[in-house]
Amino acid sequence: MQNSLTSRRNFLKKMAAAAAMTAAASMFPGIIFASEQDANLPKGANLDWKKGPCRFCGVGCGILVGVNEGKAVAVKGDPNSSVNKGLLCVKGYHQIMCTQAKDRLTHALVKKNGRYVQTPINEALDIVANKMKETIEKHGKDSVAMYTSGQSTIPEGYVASKLMKGAIGTNNLDCNARLCMASAVAGFLTTFGADEPMGCYEDIDHADYFITWGNNMAEMHPVLFSRMLEQKNRRGAKIIDFATRTTRSSTASNKSILFEPQTDLAVANAICYEIIKNGWVNKSFVENHVNFNKGLTNMGYGLEDKFKFKDKPTKIDFKSYKEFLEDYTPEKVAKYSKVSVKDIKYLAAIYGDPNKKVVSYWCMGMNQHTRGTWMNNLLYNIHLLTGKISQPGNGPFSLTGQPSACGTAREVGTFTHKLPKGVVMNEKHRRLAAKIWKVPYERIPSKPTYHATEMFRAVDRGDIKFIWTQVTNPLVSLPKTSRYRPGMEKESCFVVVSDVFPTPTSDVADVILPASWHIEKSGLYGNSERRTQHWDKMVEGPGETTPDAWMTIEIAKRMGYGDLFPYSEENHVEEIYNEYRQFHEGAKHGMAPLEVLKKESGAIWPYVNGKSTQWRFNAKYDPACSNGKDFDFYGKPDGKAVIWQRPYEPAPEIPDAEYPFWLNTGRVIEHWHTGSMTRRIPVLHKAVPEAYVEFHPDDAKGLGIRNGEKIKVSSRRGSCVLPASINERGLPTRGQVFVPFFDENMLINDVTLDAFCPISKEPDYKKCAVKVEKA
Amino acid sequence: MPIKSYLAHPETGQKEVLMKALSKIDHCDVIPAENKELLIVVTDTDNKTDDEKVKESIEAIESLKLLAMVSGFNTPKNK
Ligand code: SF4
Repeated sequence: MQNSLTSRRNFLKKMAAAAAMTAAASMFPGIIFASEQDANLPKGANLDWKKGPCRFCGVGCGILVGVNEGKAVAVKGDPNSSVNKGLLCVKGYHQIMCTQAKDRLTHALVKKNGRYVQTPINEALDIVANKMKETIEKHGKDSVAMYTSGQSTIPEGYVASKLMKGAIGTNNLDCNARLCMASAVAGFLTTFGADEPMGCYEDIDHADYFITWGNNMAEMHPVLFSRMLEQKNRRGAKIIDFATRTTRSSTASNKSILFEPQTDLAVANAICYEIIKNGWVNKSFVENHVNFNKGLTNMGYGLEDKFKFKDKPTKIDFKSYKEFLEDYTPEKVAKYSKVSVKDIKYLAAIYGDPNKKVVSYWCMGMNQHTRGTWMNNLLYNIHLLTGKISQPGNGPFSLTGQPSACGTAREVGTFTHKLPKGVVMNEKHRRLAAKIWKVPYERIPSKPTYHATEMFRAVDRGDIKFIWTQVTNPLVSLPKTSRYRPGMEKESCFVVVSDVFPTPTSDVADVILPASWHIEKSGLYGNSERRTQHWDKMVEGPGETTPDAWMTIEIAKRMGYGDLFPYSEENHVEEIYNEYRQFHEGAKHGMAPLEVLKKESGAIWPYVNGKSTQWRFNAKYDPACSNGKDFDFYGKPDGKAVIWQRPYEPAPEIPDAEYPFWLNTGRVIEHWHTGSMTRRIPVLHKAVPEAYVEFHPDDAKGLGIRNGEKIKVSSRRGSCVLPASINERGLPTRGQVFVPFFDENMLINDVTLDAFCPISKEPDYKKCAVKVEKA
Repeated sequence: MPIKSYLAHPETGQKEVLMKALSKIDHCDVIPAENKELLIVVTDTDNKTDDEKVKESIEAIESLKLLAMVSGFNTPKNK
């Protein structure tokens, strides 16, 4: 007892030191404590350091986990990882502490007569498989669905796709990356015909300017922001923060420019207007590598069930694009964007200066947007007009939130329309999948079915009668949970939830399956810079916890698909990855062999001839370029990227007399997404124990609201009571309130709107209209 | 049984002096940055009174310019 108390104290001390190191790193980029991290470990401990990627975010920092007598006792940054060079943020350092939580799900729970009964895992898996089979027999294969995650490992996503699309033959598979990255994907596909960023994190070492679009990197991508700050201090690189709220990123930047929600569309067009007007267009780049298109406008907002939209691209010429931009002079745009003419011209001049290298970064601000695909297109327009793309220090860089939004959701393809290579609509892609999966090609349906929001609408309508969620907590993270929670509670749908901890989603489950946590299983993640990272199982999980991939395989076997899932329990991760790699063979997307990933701290695809490709589409760096020119956007048949004519259109719901405030939602550095893990890490939970509603001090004063006072935030959909936060962490603009969504006791998504981008189907969590009153 | 961590900023050129002074205080571990003028201090005491005493002794050191708490009990959310 004394021993365990001492080691727990030592552990806590180390964690406290780690938190201080992280704080120091954000103030003094590049600060080193590395040797002390070792020196400070429990005396006499014989630690075995095992490498892997961090569990928490899309930056994908390399971690080393210190294992002593079968227990994970310490975490430090992997100095060999080029991502973080030994640094970690506060979440990274403390991650393994969540495994010690007392309410860990260690055994399967089956609901019987309204009570959860602990059930042997094999019996629970039998129940799930029988129920899935029976539902298909009774209601058809499109009555069952799986909803997975950008935090699922590559093998987990792969077997889920193979089970649903290849074995059962339904496209009822989508994932929570729909809620965060779908607009980025649609932006990449429409502009370049190929998903994921062309550059890599090394861009940070070369850029003169970093322009962040609606992206609080200091809290959401802290290690990358710390690398940017280091370049700011060392070389005088400049950071410009373009956002709707003043955050820690704004205050650490050289300049902060605020805009009215939704008008980023207009400002991006105004920047293009200025670039053309001032003769800053890189003419030879545009002539050689760019086409011009326009699409449909007034697309709607997806607010109604079964909403459908299909864009119709039409070719246009440079002249008509230029004419279109006449509506976006800085003077016209300044009026409604609240960005001054001077600031618009300032931004345009940075992009337009041929001697300055510029990287644009964005994440949820541009993606969670009812015109998210357009917004991604518009930022590419700026980089394409100026030719600032696919070169060290020059490029648009779409960041991911989740640790494997790229590796799993996008590359394996756990969206309804996706396959591990390509899309279900394409016969060639279906044939390839059928060949590798060894299933008849006719089995894979050619039409996508439900994207995330529509999937939960179908549950509510009673169309989906069985749903299995893995590694995600939709009843906290979906927009408008005020509709989808009662929907999931209905008798008409059998709900299976696989998770590590109980959540509001597992509260409505018929069966809860106990999942292994990150380091209790082997796996692979793919981060924002196309880096695939592998880790080996480091410790045993408690009770009957089981890796998600293995549970999917067990269900597949029980449903009679055993021959399609011939993997072994000990080696399934390796066997699945080797099968999956076949999908991406070739110079455009080749994945590194497992032996390489086991040795190195990740490799960037395309991995060709034993080398990572750091800058795609640039013939100097990318062996897949084959058109004989300096750049080849080979995702498009003619090798040319597309500049899209996309207008400004207003948000679906804007503040009015009854609901006078914009509501913006997001995260804080201490908590990961819905908080199911980080709220169980004492240091992080104590740092930010509950959600809050941030006000501009003028608005708070006008309403007579004091700090900490309980406030009811309501929309047309629902309400949520939270303490007021004034002049604390962030500062919303006047007329806007901000609420973080990590707190399951204060469900702000009961209030948000389930409008989405009609092209990407990604919901907008950043804009809806609310009223606020003292509770 | 409070465990707290702090960032200790030394007066200019006083990092070593501060380091030595801190090392003499009981219940207090020090980790200096290798390449910046900054030290991390972790205190580990049995009760609130001792915790406050240790903090007072640290704050009395002349070579200390600023002591900022990072983690421990009552960590405010905007720090
Ligand atoms: S920045 Fe992201 S990946 Fe890196 S340590 Fe923090 S949470 Fe983990």
